[in-house]
Amino acid sequence: MTDFQDIDLTVNGARVRRRVAARQHLADFLRDELELTGTHLGCEHGICGACTVRLDRVIVRGCLVLAVQADGGTVETVEGLSDMGALKDLQEEFLARYAAQCGFCTPGMLITAHALLDGPGPVTRAAIRDHLSGNLCRCTGYQAIVDAVEAVARRRGR
Amino acid sequence: MAGEMPADLFGAASPIGKRQPRTESRRLLRGRGRYIGDIRLPRMLHLAFVRSPYAHARIGAIDAAAALAMPGVVRVVTGRDLVPVTTPFVGVAAHRAGHKSAPQPAMAVEKAVWQGEPVAAVLAETRAEAEDAAELVVVEWEELPPVVTAEDALAKGAIHDALGDNLAFQHTIKAGDADAAFAAAAVVVEHTFRFDRQTGLALEPRGIIADWDPGAESLTVHQSHQSPYQMLDIYAVHLGIPDHKIRVIAPDIGGGFGTKINVYGEELAVCAISRLVGRPVRYLADRLESFVSDTHAREHALTARLAVAADGTITAMELDDLGAVGAYGMHRRFSVAEGMMAITMAGAPYAFANYKARTRTVYNNKTQVGMFRGVGMPFACVTTEVLIDKAAARLGLDPVDMRLRNFRTKASFPCVAPCGAKIDDASFHACLDKLIALMDYRRIRAAQKAWSDPRTLRGIGIATFIEQTAYGPPYYGPGKARISVQDGCTLRLEASGQVRCITSVTDQGQGTLTGLRQIIAAALGVGYDDIEVLAGDSAISPYGGGAWASRGMAIGGEAALKAAIALRDNILAVAGAITQREPSALSLRNGHVIDAATGREIIPLAEVGHIGYFRQDTLPKDTVVEFAVTRNHVDNNVMYYTANGVQGTHVEIDRETGFVTVLGHWAVDDCGRVINPLLVDEQVKGGIVQGLGATLYEHCVYDEAGQLQNGTLADYLVPMAGEMPDIAVGHIETPETATRLGAKGVGEAGLIGAMGAMWSAVNDALRGIGGSIEHQPFTPERILAAIARAKG
Repeated sequence: MTDFQDIDLTVNGARVRRRVAARQHLADFLRDELELTGTHLGCEHGICGACTVRLDRVIVRGCLVLAVQADGGTVETVEGLSDMGALKDLQEEFLARYAAQCGFCTPGMLITAHALLDGPGPVTRAAIRDHLSGNLCRCTGYQAIVDAVEAVARRRGR
Repeated sequence: MAGEMPADLFGAASPIGKRQPRTESRRLLRGRGRYIGDIRLPRMLHLAFVRSPYAHARIGAIDAAAALAMPGVVRVVTGRDLVPVTTPFVGVAAHRAGHKSAPQPAMAVEKAVWQGEPVAAVLAETRAEAEDAAELVVVEWEELPPVVTAEDALAKGAIHDALGDNLAFQHTIKAGDADAAFAAAAVVVEHTFRFDRQTGLALEPRGIIADWDPGAESLTVHQSHQSPYQMLDIYAVHLGIPDHKIRVIAPDIGGGFGTKINVYGEELAVCAISRLVGRPVRYLADRLESFVSDTHAREHALTARLAVAADGTITAMELDDLGAVGAYGMHRRFSVAEGMMAITMAGAPYAFANYKARTRTVYNNKTQVGMFRGVGMPFACVTTEVLIDKAAARLGLDPVDMRLRNFRTKASFPCVAPCGAKIDDASFHACLDKLIALMDYRRIRAAQKAWSDPRTLRGIGIATFIEQTAYGPPYYGPGKARISVQDGCTLRLEASGQVRCITSVTDQGQGTLTGLRQIIAAALGVGYDDIEVLAGDSAISPYGGGAWASRGMAIGGEAALKAAIALRDNILAVAGAITQREPSALSLRNGHVIDAATGREIIPLAEVGHIGYFRQDTLPKDTVVEFAVTRNHVDNNVMYYTANGVQGTHVEIDRETGFVTVLGHWAVDDCGRVINPLLVDEQVKGGIVQGLGATLYEHCVYDEAGQLQNGTLADYLVPMAGEMPDIAVGHIETPETATRLGAKGVGEAGLIGAMGAMWSAVNDALRGIGGSIEHQPFTPERILAAIARAKG
């Protein structure tokens, strides 16, 4: 349980080298080692989706991936994706529609929605609800989030 | 004239009433929120609790040797260690005659009384090390028979010997002559209602950092809590530290819903332990321990009856409630409110005179019941509305028509309902009329009556409710609970003409702070972005209540309006001195002092600020510059501001699977003056989804040993995006007359009405086959059983 391993990865465009506990999950690594606290932990058993980040361009649950599994990989968090402008239109629509209340699910929700908008599939309301159904929001009741994602899809010509 | 409302405060051009996006969300959308888990202090230790694996067990020797030998471990503290440095909580309501509760230690000392109660704490350099070591603390347990259900509680011996039995409290109400009315009724309908336990489940678990500074002898606490002031007082009283040496800061909070207004032994323990070790200590609950240690809600069973005349006029109601609230009364919040609200609000929208009710509260070996969104208001709504549907069906009346026939009319206000609920003004008819149009009720009702698919059942639910918001001094004062029911606001004109606001209300996502911006912007004629709001810090804001009982806008908004009016007067006085005009001839707009009569801009606020702060030498000798003001609001004699609303829902039940699909959901709400329709609509929708979750999915399942069986997010179902409907929200505005702002609360309305509407709809659907349902949540298993009973 105290085994350590060296990892070398890219996080939000910057190279990061660290020695980490083998058991440390990616979300704890991002939060505790790199102070990227925009990645939140709501359950730590893979249900709530608050810890969603991108690993090698695919969305993953940060609590179900070990930091050592990201060795050699590329990780993007809400901080990096915001700085890149990748979430800009989603953030605008979330703001306009009050789709972020307490904000705890929000980074994971944005990154999950971004994956749908970036993907090949159709972006209907039903598809949005289905795609987001692994992300728990306790505040909004989801409708404003669905509206926001749908508005971005229209803006992007999807 | 001083203290006068600015003209056109509520006019078409006013920021009040606009769909202004919530400013505070901007940070959160970039991942720049700062929640408890994001805060680290130098030399901070991490704490993990050792929790009771049993619902009821005597604590023998605690052996911490193995834990202390683990890497990074600094100290192990037991419940007994905290006895000399803390005083226990006592959750007794002084205003509720006969109410009793045992003293509750910060951590269990003699015996544990629920599965998950903390008995020891491990401090280590990292959270993982603390958690590893906590597993090695060996406690000698002697299992005791648990009291699991409410029925158990009444039949079995006392959990706390000193109390004699487990009956915490009972209360009866009688108004008019219910017995005579029932005897004379053309129709009497009865229904029983069971509500399983659920939990608030804020996505961010509870968390706290306590930082005792042995040099300054002061305690700074960062806590994920809805009321920093309440916690300040808790720590002052139970740790024996003077108020001014305590500062409680609530940073960004990942959802509260009442779960985080409650008072937890763990949090007192963390503060006491920081004081013992003289270092900052952080405790973050994980999701698994949240399920067993967060407060729960709603373990109630009710029986209700309604007496109705042949023409559909309701003549009497009777209600009997039994609720089990865990092993202790909730400190300062008592845990009797669910039952009391049920019996003091039932039937309130309807104009009958005869009423009889009883509530009983009992203790059992489960985690405590605390405040949760809606508290007991949904019970009042559900019981009344289901009975009205049943009576309407017996009489062959449409359930909407039955409601319209029985609603209290405008002419009857103000009034006191037989249950005791005081209604100053309400809009029952207007809300239901609007809802019927919004949901196209007559059309979907006709379609539902003609529905003939043998695989499915369809039902329509309607639920009217009152919401008692912004609870005031007459409740907690006589209860002798040190709960601040006032809120305050400090406003300061900055030298460059912007405004800084420091408020005692807190915002867990409700948008309260944006509402305050709108009020201040309207009263001071400045832009939203020229206002910055600070909240959640007990050391810098006026004293106040924080966020509970839907009070942010109703009380905090009124305090902000008072402060803005006072600051406006002060600004105009100085502007008058600068420009040699009568202050009463001046007003504020667009960041300028203007001529009130012509609207002409006279001097920018930035110039007034500059002179007021840096060039007082140019002012007459008797001109006083007071560009920071504080105002508070509370109505000393007002118990609450009563809001009201109605909701409708349309459901389809799959007869093979027992699944309930929500086809549509509609709400019309009257929360008085709406400061921001965008924020109010989304509050209502979020509350509705919590109410639908409560009714359809959520329950804490316990076995006979008092062990929680579904304490993970994989097992405890909550509403997700895939199964929730789009919701339409409409408004009626009946401004509160006790305040100038006229806002009432709205935080709980969505949940109350949604539970009522869903109970109404599913029973409506089952009525078609002669069935009914009596047990929440309406799981597929329970729906299928109800269908089987109907067939049988």
